[in-house]
Amino acid sequence: MGASDFSKLPHIGESVLRKEDYRFLTGAGNYTDDINLANQAYAVFVRSPHAHATITSIDLADAKAMPGVVGIFTGKDIEGKMGGLPCGWLINNPDGTPMKEPMHPILAIGKVRYVGDHVAMVVADTLEQARNAAEAVVVDYDTLPAVVRVSDAAKATALHAEAPNNQCYKWTLGDKAQVEAAFAKAAHVTKLDLVNNRLIPNAIEPRAAIGSYSRANDDYTLYVSNQNPHVERLLMTAFVLSLPEHKVRVIAPDVGGGFGSKIYLYAEDVCLTWASKQLNRNIKWTAERSESFVSDAHGRDHVSHAEMAMDKDGKFLAMRVHTDANLGAYLSTFSTAIPTILYATLLAGQYATPQIYVEVDAWFTNTAPVDAYRGAGRPEATYLLERLVSRCGWEMGLGQDEIRKRNFITTFPYQTPVALQYDVGDYHALMDKAQALADVAGYAQRVAASKANGLLRGIGYSSYIEACGLAPSNIAGALGARAGLFECGEVRVHPTGSVTVFTGSHSHGQGHETTFAQVVAARLGIAVDAVDVVHGDTGRVPFGMGTYGSRSISVGGAAIMKALDKIETKAKKIAAHLMEATDADVEFANGEFTIKGTDKKVTFGQVALTAYVPHNYPLDKLEPGLNETAFYDPTNFTFPAGTYICEVEIDAATGTTRVDRFTAVDDFGTIINPMIVEGQVHGGLVQGIGQALMENCVYDPETGQLLTGSFMDYTMPRADDFPTFKLDTVCTPCTHNPLGTKGCGEAGAIGSPPAVINAVLDALKGQGVTEFDMPASPGRVWQAIQSAKA
Amino acid sequence: MQVEFTVNGKKASLDLPPNTLLVQALREKMALTGTHVGCDTAQCGACTVLLNGRAVKSCNMLLAQAAGAEITTIEGLAEADGTLHPMQAAFKECHGLQCGFCTTGMVMSAVDLCTHHPKADEAEIRELLEGNICRCTGYQNIVRAVLQGQAAMASA
Repeated sequence: MGASDFSKLPHIGESVLRKEDYRFLTGAGNYTDDINLANQAYAVFVRSPHAHATITSIDLADAKAMPGVVGIFTGKDIEGKMGGLPCGWLINNPDGTPMKEPMHPILAIGKVRYVGDHVAMVVADTLEQARNAAEAVVVDYDTLPAVVRVSDAAKATALHAEAPNNQCYKWTLGDKAQVEAAFAKAAHVTKLDLVNNRLIPNAIEPRAAIGSYSRANDDYTLYVSNQNPHVERLLMTAFVLSLPEHKVRVIAPDVGGGFGSKIYLYAEDVCLTWASKQLNRNIKWTAERSESFVSDAHGRDHVSHAEMAMDKDGKFLAMRVHTDANLGAYLSTFSTAIPTILYATLLAGQYATPQIYVEVDAWFTNTAPVDAYRGAGRPEATYLLERLVSRCGWEMGLGQDEIRKRNFITTFPYQTPVALQYDVGDYHALMDKAQALADVAGYAQRVAASKANGLLRGIGYSSYIEACGLAPSNIAGALGARAGLFECGEVRVHPTGSVTVFTGSHSHGQGHETTFAQVVAARLGIAVDAVDVVHGDTGRVPFGMGTYGSRSISVGGAAIMKALDKIETKAKKIAAHLMEATDADVEFANGEFTIKGTDKKVTFGQVALTAYVPHNYPLDKLEPGLNETAFYDPTNFTFPAGTYICEVEIDAATGTTRVDRFTAVDDFGTIINPMIVEGQVHGGLVQGIGQALMENCVYDPETGQLLTGSFMDYTMPRADDFPTFKLDTVCTPCTHNPLGTKGCGEAGAIGSPPAVINAVLDALKGQGVTEFDMPASPGRVWQAIQSAKA
Repeated sequence: MQVEFTVNGKKASLDLPPNTLLVQALREKMALTGTHVGCDTAQCGACTVLLNGRAVKSCNMLLAQAAGAEITTIEGLAEADGTLHPMQAAFKECHGLQCGFCTTGMVMSAVDLCTHHPKADEAEIRELLEGNICRCTGYQNIVRAVLQGQAAMASA
């Protein structure tokens, strides 16, 4: 079935209330820390208090003598016995040599490289005993100079022997010579330096895991708060522990938010799994929030310089970008792809810029590993481009809308100079709708009203694009991915006509149990309540790649559609037999099989029952049963896009910045459940506006200590920081998946930061402020105003 | 030490070390795992329960401080037959939850909020929810849910 027919089915486009909500609302959700196993012990990790140090000795004598201690493990116990945590994406330097890929041991071997680095795991009968024993572990360190900023990395003490100047890789994309030629002819060049501030993901459920080993069956079960249990299992078994995959089951039950930070294979997960056999105990670990701050993979942290060459009318001729990316102390699972494949390829944005050249230098520093965080590379690209484009407009004397409209791509498919081919979109429609919804016409009046109140008002635009639906495996593979990026779906029709769906996608807030059920119910003509969705368990679900990159509906949903195609094909054969007709004459709609031109009809329920009670059945030609599995590998990325318009009010006396109005118009293609999609946008907006206004991960530049290591220090967005957002959509269905969907999970976080900062800069124009880096917290805004005055 | 209190209408008596937190007693000793722990600085509010009708952060008080008190956790909010409390129903109808982790504390705070501020408007509700962090929803639908739950509680 194609996207156009699909979008017209019942339940598609309907805000069905979520099937999963009842358990969450009654406290019956089942998160990892809610699970307790027999014979369960508790693990506590001894972490490095230093950003960079040599471990000179570890004395476990006192700790081992503490009550309840079951076992203590350090780097010495694992050295030479297992691999390090693998990096899933290979990036090559321009000369073809591979990136530096130093060992990332699950417990530090000889050296610690960031505050929070895992040094020892203490296991005891109770959590309190484990905590007490962990405090009795004596580690002697010789501290080394630490580096936290990319600008200091090249001259700093090397973290890894493999990378003497701390550089992991240099990477380029685009045609440098053509770009230089275009710049030589430019009427005007706009230049911009900016920082994309480091963020800490902070899913409200801290990471947690239970390693469990069965001596009877010689197999393992890992319960873990994770977004992609099959990927977790594959990486752990194949690269670290050398275990056969069929001996390890990974269960990611209810997961309390991920935002990227729960994609990765973490050291703790491996330690618990491995030690469960060593100790023949089930071992539980739940991160304390302070531990999450130092040990979860962080996001963003780019320092960039960008230049746009324009003709006299503000048409973009060429762009060049240099970015220094902070990868942290070790390579996290997909860290290397974020500032390259998922970043530079998005730098065309919505614009027909003929030539783009990007250079990326990626660095090791004494900070927590950095990896994908909601948007993953695409927010960094959008922030840079949309800041640059607004500045182009200001320098050319054009409005923020006009500079964009003059450069929008208008014909599709469109091949960008940075590798991607956009299939479809309508950027002018997004802009027009956003301007109308934002009441841009009334803006001047609102400026006057703010002024009357002693406040500065500014307006900021951002027209983002993202590449979602990760990803065509062959393209990803050619770009360095060490995994496939397909998805699986199994549709199990039960004899009485209800359905269980098994999906490799993982829901940790996205509402798949409802949206995927709508897809199946729509196709089969049954009630949404007749469909249950199972995910998050390698023991129940076929091999799948999980949820990230706004891929679930476009890849996971498409796999289910393919399985439904198979179901429909087989069901038609059964129906043809029951109606004594030929297969080709059977039509299926609204849950009924009919023969054109006759009044013959059988229901989906009758066919399901017949498949499992095959008394009157073509057993010579057809197997009994109605259970189909499909794998879907997309042929292209999907390209959600949107225009966001933000208005801020600033009190120049205090620097207090308030988002007064925020309008988001997005094109997500086909929308299955508008209520859920709007919720995804709201959440993304708050994370994006949070980055722009308040969130900021700060390490002490000298010592490498994390200065923002709690909710008391790291400003989390709260309910009273925001106005009510205005949302709308435009729909140009994706042309290459059977649903026409594009993905909506990250858009808000991608599009909103530059809209906010462009608004801040617009508001501060009269104050002489022309440069500003996130976040726009009162102190920083006030300082910018004072510096401009000086 | 022995502590007697009432949880979701049932009398309970626990003999636990004096440093036991209320949330530990609920989660680990009474298997009431709907009360969650999201931080260690009493900031996130995922552990919110009602103590004598007022919202408290159960990670931030000792079990001993609950001696003699009536505690309501999320498990005690719906009716005995499973019918959702008006605030729970409002959260579902308004899509006021996504991953569900902060939700239980958020709902308990919302019940307290609407009991003691039955006429709070949107701006006041946003301010009164300061003690609960949600990372998924962007708060917009939570605020909508609280307004709807407030109306439903007033007419109940």
